[in-house]
Amino acid sequence: MGTSGKFLALEGLGKTFQNEKESKTVLEGVDLELAFRDCLAIVGPSGCGKTTLLLAIAGLIAPTAGTITFRDGPLAAPERRIALVLQHYGLFPWKTVAANITLGARLQNIDVPEKRLRSVKKELDIEGLDHLYPAQLSGGQRQRVALARALLLSPLLLLLDEPFAAIDTVTRERLQNNLLDVFAQRRFSFIIVTHNIEEAVFLGKRIVVLDSNTRGVKAIVENPGMGGTQYRNDPVFFERTTELRGILEGLE
Amino acid sequence: MKRRTIVVYAATIVLIYFAWYALSLMLGSNILPDPFRVFARGFEEIATNAFWVHVEASLLRLLAALFFAFILAVPAGLILGSNERLDRLFAPLIYLGYPIPKVVLMPVIFVLFGLGDLGKIVLITMIIFFQLLITTRDSARKIDREITYSLRSLGGGRLDFFFHVVWPVSLPGIFTSLRIGVGTAVAVLFLVESIATSEGLGFYIIDSWGRAEYATMFVGIIALSIIGIVMYEIFELLERKFCKWKSL
Repeated sequence: MGTSGKFLALEGLGKTFQNEKESKTVLEGVDLELAFRDCLAIVGPSGCGKTTLLLAIAGLIAPTAGTITFRDGPLAAPERRIALVLQHYGLFPWKTVAANITLGARLQNIDVPEKRLRSVKKELDIEGLDHLYPAQLSGGQRQRVALARALLLSPLLLLLDEPFAAIDTVTRERLQNNLLDVFAQRRFSFIIVTHNIEEAVFLGKRIVVLDSNTRGVKAIVENPGMGGTQYRNDPVFFERTTELRGILEGLE
Repeated sequence: MKRRTIVVYAATIVLIYFAWYALSLMLGSNILPDPFRVFARGFEEIATNAFWVHVEASLLRLLAALFFAFILAVPAGLILGSNERLDRLFAPLIYLGYPIPKVVLMPVIFVLFGLGDLGKIVLITMIIFFQLLITTRDSARKIDREITYSLRSLGGGRLDFFFHVVWPVSLPGIFTSLRIGVGTAVAVLFLVESIATSEGLGFYIIDSWGRAEYATMFVGIIALSIIGIVMYEIFELLERKFCKWKSL
């Protein structure tokens, strides 16, 4: 699988958006590494470049400085083994759930056996929704459909951009547990961008704090205790959230 | 057709029928024949071959114009709507071309393309073309950036973007434009068929009017209206079938 070297490495990454009137630097000198089967949470105030960073890793926007290396090779375009779940799920409203789930496989000419398709749907509890359209689903169901579509491509790296932001607390916690279950059963790494401190501590083995003033990494909080659904009740969880809250408050 | 639509249509027909009858009593049946006389004449007319020759000629011109406007304007609108640079390049041409009342170009079109079917079809096509082009372009512009990212991250290329995103996003707007276009096309059809032709419902209406056969004239008006309504409903039906997601 070629994952023994650098799985994902960002070196001196920068991004400046430029139009006719002005230029705006969002990221500057970002260095990060991610191992295979690792999970990283990215937090930071609004406008600190969290989503930009994720889109750059997805190969969707080109950095203006630095390099991204994925599985020992440079990453310059969307990569087949990197899947992305966007904030509003990125589902196509004109396609049914079935068509949405299989679209990635169809576009990449991947033959998905019916058995595997059924197993992914079962894993994410979205059986029986095939003929519905995204507008007919609840927020939680949409999120799971988006995750199913990503998982069907057997990604090695899953990128999640505030995937649970628009979901109520109970459903959000259930979906977070769901993500951890899937992570435990499959072989991939994930990076989650979130503005929710508890979510970052629950899902990130390392938590990267981005700073909108320096446009780079302010701190990396190690969080080795994460991984189980009971972690929410662990005193360490509260310590980490307090620590993270302190760092984020210091940025304002 | 939805049950509610059928009820609305039926109620409108009944209302028009009574208003028409009342008006015919007031104005005198020579100027405005009563609906009974018109329907009786209608039944006589539909039994003749000559009537259907007029219907066929009108339908052919209308469908041909809609077809050509569709195949020219929709791809152009989709390309312009999804390509900012091309859109900027062609925008002045569209801004200048759209407000010009194309119908005043009728003599020029007839000189260039002849007085036959071709000239008539070209003029109707030109008029619907701009409506369809602008609506399609504007619909294609409404693509959310997240959808674009989503498709690209799934491995979709430029062609996939057209097929899976631009086309379905624009389709409801295209159907709306076609429905509006049918009304315009029928109006222009009447105009072009009233000149230099002996076939078509426009001619049939003008000819009956000239011969003071008002009942026959109304038969032509009703036939042309029915064509417009049926085509409008066909596009609505197609929109409901292919854009089901839009009404959820």
